[in-house]
Amino acid sequence: MPTTDHGVTSPSRARIGERTLRQDRWWLQPLTTFVVFSAFVVYATVRAFMGRDYYASPYLSPFYSPCLGDCVEGASDFGQPFAWWPLSAALIILIFPLGFRMTCYYYRKAYYRAFWLSPPACGVAEPHGAYSGETRLPLVLQNVHRYFWYAAVVVGLVLTFDVVLAFRPMPAEYAVGDGETSGIHMGLGTLLMIVNVVFIWLYTLSCHSCRHIVGGRLRHFSQHPVRYRLWTWVSRLNTSHGRWAWYSLFSVALVDLYIFLLATGTIQDLRFF
Amino acid sequence: MSYTLKLRIWRGDSDGGEIQDFPVEVSDGEVVLDAIHRVQATQAGDLAVRWNCKAGKCGSCSAEVNGRPRLMCMCRLSDFEQDETITVTPMRTFPVIRDLVTDVSFNYEKAKQLPAAKLGPRDADGKRRMAQVDVERGQEFRKCIECFLCQDVCHVVRDHEDNKEAFAGPRFFLRYAELDMHPLDTHDRRELAQGAAGLGMCNITKCCTEVCPEGIKITDNAIIPMKERVVDRKFDPLVWLGNKIGLRNKDVEGRTEV
Amino acid sequence: MSDTNGPAEGRHPMTGNAMSGDARGGMERHAYDVVVVGAGGAGLRAAIAAHDAGARTAIVCKSLLGKAHTVMAEGGIAAAMGNRWPEDNWEVHFRDTMRGGKMLNNWRMAQLHAQEAPERVQELEDWGALFDRTEDGLISQRDFGGHKYARLAHVGDRTGLEMIRTLQQRAVSLGIDVFMECTVTDVFKEGDRVSGAFAYWRESGRFIVFDAPSVILATGGIGKSFKVTSNSWEYTGDGHALAMRAGASLINMEFVQFHPTGMVWPPSVKGLLVTESVRGDGGILKNSEGERFMFDYIPEFFRAETADTVEEADAWYEDKKNNRRPPELLPRDEVARAINSEIKAGRGTPHGGIYLDIASRRSPEFIRKRLPSMYHQFKELADVDITAEPMEIGPTCHYVMGGVEVDADTQESAVTGLYAVGECSGGMHGSNRLGGNSLGDLLVFGKRAGEHASTYAASLRGARPQVDEADVRAAQASALAPFEVEGGENPYSIQSDLQQSMNDLVGIIRTRTELEESLGEIEAFKERARTMVVEGHRQYNPGWHLALDLRNMLIVSECIAKAALAREESRGGHTRDDFPGPDPAWGTKNLVVTLDAAGTGVELHEKPLPEMPDELKGYFA
Repeated sequence: MPTTDHGVTSPSRARIGERTLRQDRWWLQPLTTFVVFSAFVVYATVRAFMGRDYYASPYLSPFYSPCLGDCVEGASDFGQPFAWWPLSAALIILIFPLGFRMTCYYYRKAYYRAFWLSPPACGVAEPHGAYSGETRLPLVLQNVHRYFWYAAVVVGLVLTFDVVLAFRPMPAEYAVGDGETSGIHMGLGTLLMIVNVVFIWLYTLSCHSCRHIVGGRLRHFSQHPVRYRLWTWVSRLNTSHGRWAWYSLFSVALVDLYIFLLATGTIQDLRFF
Repeated sequence: MSYTLKLRIWRGDSDGGEIQDFPVEVSDGEVVLDAIHRVQATQAGDLAVRWNCKAGKCGSCSAEVNGRPRLMCMCRLSDFEQDETITVTPMRTFPVIRDLVTDVSFNYEKAKQLPAAKLGPRDADGKRRMAQVDVERGQEFRKCIECFLCQDVCHVVRDHEDNKEAFAGPRFFLRYAELDMHPLDTHDRRELAQGAAGLGMCNITKCCTEVCPEGIKITDNAIIPMKERVVDRKFDPLVWLGNKIGLRNKDVEGRTEV
Repeated sequence: MSDTNGPAEGRHPMTGNAMSGDARGGMERHAYDVVVVGAGGAGLRAAIAAHDAGARTAIVCKSLLGKAHTVMAEGGIAAAMGNRWPEDNWEVHFRDTMRGGKMLNNWRMAQLHAQEAPERVQELEDWGALFDRTEDGLISQRDFGGHKYARLAHVGDRTGLEMIRTLQQRAVSLGIDVFMECTVTDVFKEGDRVSGAFAYWRESGRFIVFDAPSVILATGGIGKSFKVTSNSWEYTGDGHALAMRAGASLINMEFVQFHPTGMVWPPSVKGLLVTESVRGDGGILKNSEGERFMFDYIPEFFRAETADTVEEADAWYEDKKNNRRPPELLPRDEVARAINSEIKAGRGTPHGGIYLDIASRRSPEFIRKRLPSMYHQFKELADVDITAEPMEIGPTCHYVMGGVEVDADTQESAVTGLYAVGECSGGMHGSNRLGGNSLGDLLVFGKRAGEHASTYAASLRGARPQVDEADVRAAQASALAPFEVEGGENPYSIQSDLQQSMNDLVGIIRTRTELEESLGEIEAFKERARTMVVEGHRQYNPGWHLALDLRNMLIVSECIAKAALAREESRGGHTRDDFPGPDPAWGTKNLVVTLDAAGTGVELHEKPLPEMPDELKGYFA
């Protein structure tokens, strides 16, 4: 798209026609982000609206956890306060992880670049004529990120609880041997859920708002040694926030897909013990 | 070992200009600025270029090398293939003066608008005490050599001339963050950072961090923490409520808003 | 220029300074009480002091604000604050300074410096500087060559950057006018008193006349006259030359400090400084045979306080009370000479230096923490990881001890209203400067010069010296002369030949024959410079700027060579192969240079050293 005369081609600047002189494949990163994020959004939307095949005992899909609507038997670990809800139960709770990720400082960078092309890459002119950043509605709402972080901690706890439940013994009909219905169980699903919850926590705890809350807001670290220690830990995680964002995005989709395949009977859970 | 570098340089002034070829002899271990100097000494004595220390410490020789904002003195030729063409242009965010020299007064104007450090009285023995851990964050930001590459790459002003009025840019967000984290400073500049300096215009796309020759984590360590501090001041209802019922954040005590 | 953000109409786009109405193509004119030439540490401190004393003050600098050579200073600011060693005080610092300068210092300057430096450092902190801290939260102080106690206030290894940024931000917040990228080419006088200065904007080539009764020169050094130097292009001896042309004298010009540790490879960074802190923090010097050779070069003068065994030297870093200092931390002139001898003896490295090794002595974490910009510099520019391998280093031209002869208390030169501070002034450091004393020098004497220049300007009331219009026309004609010549040489090749000649003939080790040869060559360069030609026009034309700077470089080079030829002894930063030791007779006098009557050459005079009062002599008994 041609640029307007607001930017690098405005009259006072050095007269260079190209919107960028970069010779590397600068478009690769935004394109990858665009494709992967779009694929995730499509997949997640479909799955969230389906309203079924989200529970394969003892596994509950993270898209539906906690399942607070009129959920299938065994999925409602926290009761059914929204039993009257006519749509998919996922829609009741997805706003929290969705909001957390939408307002996340890393995701903002990624989607402003890949979807808004604002800018598509460093030193590459953006196609927009005007720009006001995050100063107006709706983007000024990005500032509520810390509240989504509080919610994300709750979501993280729920998903951790789900992992504990994923060690539950299988119902009798799935038993491999005679009477094997008690004790603990672990299958590939459990393993995937463990991996997922680890990435979810890494992502949640490496959040910039978390870093601010635990200690970043202080001006005298020396007077708060415990919070300073916490801050240094979070800071270390924070340097890879983007990586945890991607890994947890993949892991959450993978766990859901695995449970979907189990629930539809396409595959059988690989059972370790 | 020497070879002929295919060098292209933008030459011109505010009335216009073009990218011209300057094939020039270069050798191992040289940087782009060496090549530019050789062109100046042998082919174009009046080629305008700004430079001082040639050691990556003063931040004068900022330009764009193959479209990327770089310090020419820190841009080694060995990072390129020998048959690769290297195109050097002035920074494209600031008004051009001549050849590779741009008018960076934007940055000096913005510097004037920023209220300086204002410390309280010294201790009784005439000295000041600050813990090393308390000054370290500010010290990272004070590594800034004012090359203005972050200002150059920032799309808020690079692509929108009209935003220059209301936007101070990453270099000055560093300053705001440094002063806000200063253990002894007595001013509260958060309102100012959001308002006059235009912190809200930043959409944290991190190009400033990508180009910083000093490796300062501008976005993660200065801009985002500063945005969070502004949220404390302006957008957080809990903090607001806490203030109302007397639960004050002790860390901000003793500071006056400017 | 930028229409939405540019300064108001009629103000200069670079600086926001107001221009005269008929500015376009014409001449700007500004009136100030004090004009400071140079915006390094000394210039900024002087301007702040002048402003605080009530003077209308302007800073005129060749580069953008904040780019001056002070940013290159790495180690720290020497000030006897006693934060690490309570037994440190100004007397010890004074003694170290005088001994480092081989007693040729102006004692009064050394005394004022030692006494006032601590408060000048504290002041920087008041203005927002963030120094490294001790465990008690005080300003940390580090060890450096020639200083008895750990005394250098520092910020990692980028103290100069911290200092210039702090002063710059202070000056900006005070609203002092700054003329950036503006070069002063002449100082005007009425009778014997300063009446103003003449300058051109680098950006547009337009001229400016400053009407001002006080001019403070703070232009730094002369390093660009040498090929291998740690100095930036600005170091062309402008202040030295301006002062001489205005009728002032220079002192101690034969003393040029070669820093022992400059990078030697790759060629494009040859001469770039490697901070002395590398040695202060444990680095040692080795020749190509792996021998730690500094033990062979301990001079008699420092034998009592220098370790003579490896064991004692290594123990010093941990226990400074009971051990003597390693010989690597001898004053710079001693170390530079030792390195030079090793290289000459064929024990140099492949790139013609010697090894500076900290990798085998300190952990990678320690090195990265204490020497971040050195780590960065070698990694980026030479592809050397200093935490894993030794650096190759060699001597590099670093600092000129000589400069404008000034009054110790006021920094005023022989010309009324003309002041000089920092590197372009002379006397304070004697024959050799200790590391860390330059940053303190800038602050202490910057403040003094600013205050006295301001007081003098105020004392004149209405009766200020006036700029003579004929002088303005002459200054303009002189500045434009390089455009008038046809068919001559370009200034770049003359500059490069001068640098090579100075390096070869007036370098770290000097002899009569070479110095005489160099004076002949300088005459030839002067001849070539008379017909040098500049292409293009006046707008941001580096060729023209160099042509004007080259005149200063030539005159300063002549001063150095002439003084070096006259001083028939070796002392501090002046080493004569044909007179290898110090001569007590020369230890009582300074060499003073002035411009000759024709204005084309320099004249040399001897002058007795000012005598120290008896109570100070006691420190050296």
